[in-house]
Amino acid sequence: MTSFRLPTGGLVDRNTTLRFQFDAKSFTGHAGDSLASALLANGVSLMGRSFKYHRPRGAVTGGSAEPNALVELRTGARREPNTRATMVELFEGLEAKSQNRWPSLEFDVGAINQLASPLLVAGFYYKTFMWPKAFWEKIYEPLIRRAAGLGSAVHAPDPDSYEKIYGHCDLLVIGGGAAGLMAALTAGRAGARVMIADEHARLGGALLGENETINGKPSIQWVQEALAELASMKEVTILPRTTVFGWFDGNIYGALERVNDHVATPPEYEPRQRYWRIAAKAAILATGAEERPLVFGNNDRPGVMQASAMRGLANRYGVAAGKSVVVFTNNHSGYATARDLTAAGVNVAALIDSRANAPKLNAGKVPVLKGAVVSDVEGSRNVKSVRVVNADGGVEEIACDAVAMSGGFSPVVHLSCHRGLKPVWNEKLAAFLPPDTGKELVAAGAAAGNMTLAAALADGAEKAAKLLTALGFKPKTAKPPQADGEPYAVSPLWSVQSQHKAFVDFQNDVTAKDLPLAAREGYKDVELAKRYTTLGMATDQGKLSNVNGIALLAGATGKSIAQVGTTTFRPNYTPVSFGAFAGPFTGHHFNPVRKTPMHAWAEEQGAVFVEAGLWYRPQWFPRAGEKGWLESVTREVLAARNSVGVCDVSTLGKIDIQGPDAGEFLNRVYCNGWSTLEVGKARYGLMLREDGVVFDDGTTSRLGPDHFFMTTTTANAARVLTHLEFCHQALWPELDVQYVSVTEQWGQMAIAGPKARATLQKLVDGITLNDETFPYMAARPVQIMGGIPARLFRISFSGEHAYELSVPADYADAVIRAVMHAGAEFNITPYGTEALSVMRIEKGHVAGGELNGNTTAADLGLGRMMSTKKDYIGRMMATREGMTRADREVFVGIRPIGQGQKLSAGAHILNVGDKVSLEADQGYITAVAYSPMLESWIGLALVQRGNKRHGEKVRVFDGLRGQHYDAELCDPVHFDPENRRLHV
Amino acid sequence: MRIHCPYCGERPAEEFTFQGDADVRRPQGNEPSQMDEWFDYVYLRENPRGRMKEYWHHSGGCRSWLIVERDTDSHEVFGVTAARERKLSPQRKRAS
Repeated sequence: MTSFRLPTGGLVDRNTTLRFQFDAKSFTGHAGDSLASALLANGVSLMGRSFKYHRPRGAVTGGSAEPNALVELRTGARREPNTRATMVELFEGLEAKSQNRWPSLEFDVGAINQLASPLLVAGFYYKTFMWPKAFWEKIYEPLIRRAAGLGSAVHAPDPDSYEKIYGHCDLLVIGGGAAGLMAALTAGRAGARVMIADEHARLGGALLGENETINGKPSIQWVQEALAELASMKEVTILPRTTVFGWFDGNIYGALERVNDHVATPPEYEPRQRYWRIAAKAAILATGAEERPLVFGNNDRPGVMQASAMRGLANRYGVAAGKSVVVFTNNHSGYATARDLTAAGVNVAALIDSRANAPKLNAGKVPVLKGAVVSDVEGSRNVKSVRVVNADGGVEEIACDAVAMSGGFSPVVHLSCHRGLKPVWNEKLAAFLPPDTGKELVAAGAAAGNMTLAAALADGAEKAAKLLTALGFKPKTAKPPQADGEPYAVSPLWSVQSQHKAFVDFQNDVTAKDLPLAAREGYKDVELAKRYTTLGMATDQGKLSNVNGIALLAGATGKSIAQVGTTTFRPNYTPVSFGAFAGPFTGHHFNPVRKTPMHAWAEEQGAVFVEAGLWYRPQWFPRAGEKGWLESVTREVLAARNSVGVCDVSTLGKIDIQGPDAGEFLNRVYCNGWSTLEVGKARYGLMLREDGVVFDDGTTSRLGPDHFFMTTTTANAARVLTHLEFCHQALWPELDVQYVSVTEQWGQMAIAGPKARATLQKLVDGITLNDETFPYMAARPVQIMGGIPARLFRISFSGEHAYELSVPADYADAVIRAVMHAGAEFNITPYGTEALSVMRIEKGHVAGGELNGNTTAADLGLGRMMSTKKDYIGRMMATREGMTRADREVFVGIRPIGQGQKLSAGAHILNVGDKVSLEADQGYITAVAYSPMLESWIGLALVQRGNKRHGEKVRVFDGLRGQHYDAELCDPVHFDPENRRLHV
Repeated sequence: MRIHCPYCGERPAEEFTFQGDADVRRPQGNEPSQMDEWFDYVYLRENPRGRMKEYWHHSGGCRSWLIVERDTDSHEVFGVTAARERKLSPQRKRAS
């Protein structure tokens, strides 16, 4: 294999040889190589197949705009598709694979698509595969996806870690080329906090690939001195391998730092990538300019490259793109390439300058053909020759194996357009310039249209100085470094008449013919033409192709380029991995896990846990020999009803409310009254939303004249606190009240059953518990177990004689164990959320299924709680016509007719004899349970006028499970309707 | 976007929760004749393109309810006050 490595030159470390593999073949390169430069050094110019036509493709750029040389990098779980070989830094043992080819890159069956190319023109999706409709999903789409694809994603979890970080600075410099380095130096010397980011491993931008002088020294030496000075400033942060990919509101910049993409595996404890969110007072956009390809026949053959990329290959990597090169240009860039290649010992066969009146520029000894164009490249898998049409119309063929092309430069304006502004067409530069984005972000250097090195250096310093002055710094104005260079002059050449396909968008295979076709078929607007032709819609987002495409569309529609305008620029400038967006928040770090202070005890008891929001709650406690959950749950219910059970209720929201106006505050947020609640008593409270719908319920106790303890449902704990904060701060700031969530500060357990009091009595200090000392709804601080502060509430969700005992969280584990010990003689039984639910259904207490965001207090049979003596949240709207309609679905009990018949939650209720239809729907079942006390299935439901239909036979329709059965509506309080058990 | 919380300083927008139009006033009184007024308060919200006062809750910070005056188009923030410090201006009239 021929080596294309030049004998000398380049910034690569020739003493370090790295081995790597491409498509399972072994090669070597040097430290400092990109994968693309290393492959080219080994004579491998074919790096991939194109998206649609499967044409052979090689690297066309030297950077992140690369549309062709996309490879799958690494193997196994670290495999990454669509990485740009031009951006991949070579490392020892690198393995890469070409994409979108089968069976091999050299022999690709899919290339037959080229023969079908008349079918694959602009809009082919909409034309070819329209009929029959049913074929689309099953046949056409999978077929197209298989044939036209990129790399494939890995299914294994990503073994690497990712970080997120905030950055803050006075000046963010985006791009480390000539203008960026000058801006950073100016700001750093003024003492400002500076961050300078560049997407490449080394800062220097275009200077790394150029053979120029600054202040009489090689430009690379100036870059090194500038970097050394920046590194010595402690307020300056240099971020290599960092792409600033988006500009967001508030002058926030998103950036991706590829911390360890340049090694096989990240070192231990280091992330692969770091996602930056940078808040900058001001920023300099020094992103330079991208060289545009020229549009001529077979301009996509491997070996055809940007002129700047080709000289960068020689100057930066010491690699020749070919043995004999033809340069095709419409500006000075081609001349620099001709000179640099000649100096590197590469033969340049000819320089074709499309400008008949091109200025006299130094091309060395290379013959210059002015007013001529390259119409076509010949060669099927690489370049064999070019067909040149001379100024006089004569045609000649020039043998060569590589073509350098330059269609002028497009400033990299993307970030300046991310917040909605459009770039501005500049006729003289034949390029779009950044819009005026004010003082937050200012473009400098080539990004601002200052295309020469001297102008870029001066502009970077000047723009930075201006921004810093506005921020209150006193930057010194020094004479900018001197650089020579040709003035930038370009004569647009948007396409050349050719015999072969001429590509505008390489990555999406859009040709020069597709845009006029789109225009002829009516897709004249740039946004429509983009989608119809897929121009600029590939992963490169049209970095090389958009301006050429817009110009061709302008030509086809008879408009100016300024009139056609650009499509919308959106973040991200280059792709950002999902891993970086997710950061460390994956797996069990995705959500916090909330465990109650009795969790360890419950685990020891063998609890099966259920996730309730972020909480883990014991659902039931299986015992050996039990066959399934129902048996366990039934045992737990019977234990609580017949003796005593204990349940961890710590997850209920708890809010401590204090202040002289605390009572008044409760009066306004609850629909029922609180003025009459005595100290030492608890009361059930119902909270409405301002639209009159029930929001939440819970028990709130008065612990002192100005001190209340509110509980909420587990699900609404955070929402209720937010609501209280809103009501107090935004509606009634005059109320003197304070409140704080104490959910996690108190561990709380329900102790329920006829033996609850006897169990507790053993623990409570100094009180004999009876109906005088501790009546129903009593709520008081007590001491337990010889001095542990606690709060005891005689409240009941189960319907039993029950208490809730609340202790500081750190005591909860010890206390639950003491409760178990105290209750041992009564065979005290832990019960979970399922038994809790069975007992609340037996008692007809409302919960999540009924507090569903649609029900009013009246719907739930709680209308009498709504006070008429005070204003409260939701009072007025609860009286609206629709909220009080007679046929509303209201709370009712339901039980099956027929021995052993089950009920199913979610099933709908019909009048007997009605056919199933939406109109006939009477309501639905909200909750069901097997009641061990009634030895039957029971349920709760919301049914039209249900409260007036107790005893009525209905038909239940369960479409999901395909069941119909008879049932009877009844009082929702299925068990102990007289509440005798509360006082047992 | 960044919001300058009067208590915590300038913080990223992710710490805050948006709650919409802050230029509504909860009516005083519960007379049936006030139903239209209540309806407007509960359901009608301005949604202008441009300058607007909005409720934001510093839910991931000091938990203050704030009134942020902001341009809904450019997202420029003009000023932030704590809701509890607000001087109430008269109720905005219903656009008819």
